[in-house]
Amino acid sequence: MSAVADLPPTVAAAPSRSAFGAAFDKGFEILCFSAATFLLTALGGIVISLAIGGWPAFETFGLNFFISAEWDPVQEIYGAAGAVTGTLVSASLALLFALPLSFGIAIFLVELCPPMLRRTIGTAVELLAGIPSIVYGMWGLFVFAPWFAKHVQMPIMMSVEPGSFWEKITTGVPNGAGILSASIILAIMILPFIAATMRELLLTIPAQVRESAYGLGSTTFEVIRKVSIPYVRTGAIGAVMLGLGRALGETMAVTFIIGNAHGFPTSIFASGSTIASTIANEFAEATERLHSASLIALGLVLFVITFIVLALARLLIGRQANL
Amino acid sequence: MYRKIVLGLAACLALSACGQKTDTKGGAAAPAASGAQIAGAGASFPAPLYAKWAETQKADTGVALNYQSIGSGGGIKQIKAKTVAFGATDKPLKPEELEADGLAQFPTVIGGVVPIVNLPDLQPGQLKLTGPVLADIFLGTVKKWNDPAIAALNPGLKLPNLPITVVHRSDGSGTSFLFTSYLTAVAPKWAVVGASDAVKWPTGQGGKGNDGVSGYVKQTPGAIGYVEYAYAKQNGLPHASLRNAAGQYVNPTAESFSAAAAGADWTKAPGFYLLLIDQKDPAAWPITGATFILMHKAQADATTGKTVLSFFDRAYSTGDAAASELAYVPLPAALKAQVRASWSAIVGPDGKPVFTPAAQ
Repeated sequence: MSAVADLPPTVAAAPSRSAFGAAFDKGFEILCFSAATFLLTALGGIVISLAIGGWPAFETFGLNFFISAEWDPVQEIYGAAGAVTGTLVSASLALLFALPLSFGIAIFLVELCPPMLRRTIGTAVELLAGIPSIVYGMWGLFVFAPWFAKHVQMPIMMSVEPGSFWEKITTGVPNGAGILSASIILAIMILPFIAATMRELLLTIPAQVRESAYGLGSTTFEVIRKVSIPYVRTGAIGAVMLGLGRALGETMAVTFIIGNAHGFPTSIFASGSTIASTIANEFAEATERLHSASLIALGLVLFVITFIVLALARLLIGRQANL
Repeated sequence: MYRKIVLGLAACLALSACGQKTDTKGGAAAPAASGAQIAGAGASFPAPLYAKWAETQKADTGVALNYQSIGSGGGIKQIKAKTVAFGATDKPLKPEELEADGLAQFPTVIGGVVPIVNLPDLQPGQLKLTGPVLADIFLGTVKKWNDPAIAALNPGLKLPNLPITVVHRSDGSGTSFLFTSYLTAVAPKWAVVGASDAVKWPTGQGGKGNDGVSGYVKQTPGAIGYVEYAYAKQNGLPHASLRNAAGQYVNPTAESFSAAAAGADWTKAPGFYLLLIDQKDPAAWPITGATFILMHKAQADATTGKTVLSFFDRAYSTGDAAASELAYVPLPAALKAQVRASWSAIVGPDGKPVFTPAAQ
């Protein structure tokens, strides 16, 4: 600061401006800092209020809340295991379907696509991300489910051997609502997120790197497998976890098509429920203290699951970066 | 980019400003000066009708109603917390619950629940069911449409050898409450499940909302579900007819709902706690219920209380046509008179009734 005063008179007109600049910079720093702490405070506040709100459920049921799949609002017995299983199964199936597709889309867009199509497909992927989830739910229930029942579920159910293991895991109501259809809808929903992020990542690869590989005589597949993918591996894990996080918490679309049965799902066509769908279904009408506490506790469980997923992603990325 | 952010911020500010404005205006504790605004929250079933009534009355009297359709559970919580001038619920509170919170309760319109089926080549109402058989179907003990229990009720009807798919509401709702209350009342076996707005269903799939249930039923040959009467009527869903307490098979119509309401003895129901289930009238539809308003008996602000009651008073006098148009069933005249008389229990800080209806 004192430097300003020592300046020769010719530049003395500057002090007011630069003093303002310095003050503004300090203020800017404070603004940014408070923005970041605001986020942390909000996050902490949410965790604390979920824990307080859900406490009666943890207190009443203890460990049983996590291992029992009994959900009976009349008897006031609540267990999260069914919803937790439904959440994990549907999200992992969704990831399983979405992963190869979105990688395919991204690689095609970056490496193989004729420039004319690139914009069209790119925009289509982004548009897919912009569709509200309730629309996916309605579309899933009224359009996708009947089609799925007729062309996938019924043929499979009719072709499996009666009494076999396969029959056991494919029983269900033949109307296209269930765990598997919910996972497919989820896959369509998370696909644009993974694909768009992957595309951006692939675009960051310097042209020389790929061209050198081509120059050494590699085929397109070899370039993608041995150069492009390893180059973006760290970011790709992040992209996948982003998609998984979204799949875990998705509510409306799943609620419409998963069939909403509490308890453990017994087959891929069976009705199930997820944490988010259970909360969406029952929270508005939950008047009993224990009922709403159990739903809030479910929210906390979902929070913890998402946190674990993100932590795992960080761990993986960290390990990759160290290699 | 910068422009976008500025625009976004401006929009946020504008929105939050509006939000605050309505909050202070709509609050139950709002000063008398803004008494032309009343706030209510609760059941989603009567929400379209309350909106219609509000629209008409706004034009006539200038009273604006801000009704938030957040579900019966939310309505009960909000009125207990006194954040609204009235709560609305499909599930009436028991007299002792009303007493505990100093609440008054009265019905506004009647609705009911209708079983809908998806059976090929069947006319609406052709399939006849009784309460106990319906309970067996929803318990999962009757599994096929050609089960002897169903065939015995439907002589001459060719029932297919089709598995029954049960569809119920997945979201907590007054519709489920009324339906399970009916099953509890008519079938002792249903006691294992019980009656509530969400229960542990022994079998079947859960659809979200009336549209979710009807979507599943429409897409599944052999499915049976239940929806609100208004929804079934507006969408022309094929229903089953039910045997009522008088042993008659009835169809869900405005008349059969009115019959259920008229036949009930409301004078012996404190707080109008009465489900119109399985009424004795030979024309009565067995799964009928009213939707209710909750208000604090001791009004902190007499003007707000008066505005709310005069709103419903006007709605009783002039709103029946709107109700019928939207497939709700208006209350019988005798019941309206009883409700109006009950309002004398809602008093202001001075201990006097906040609103005295004009002689009808």
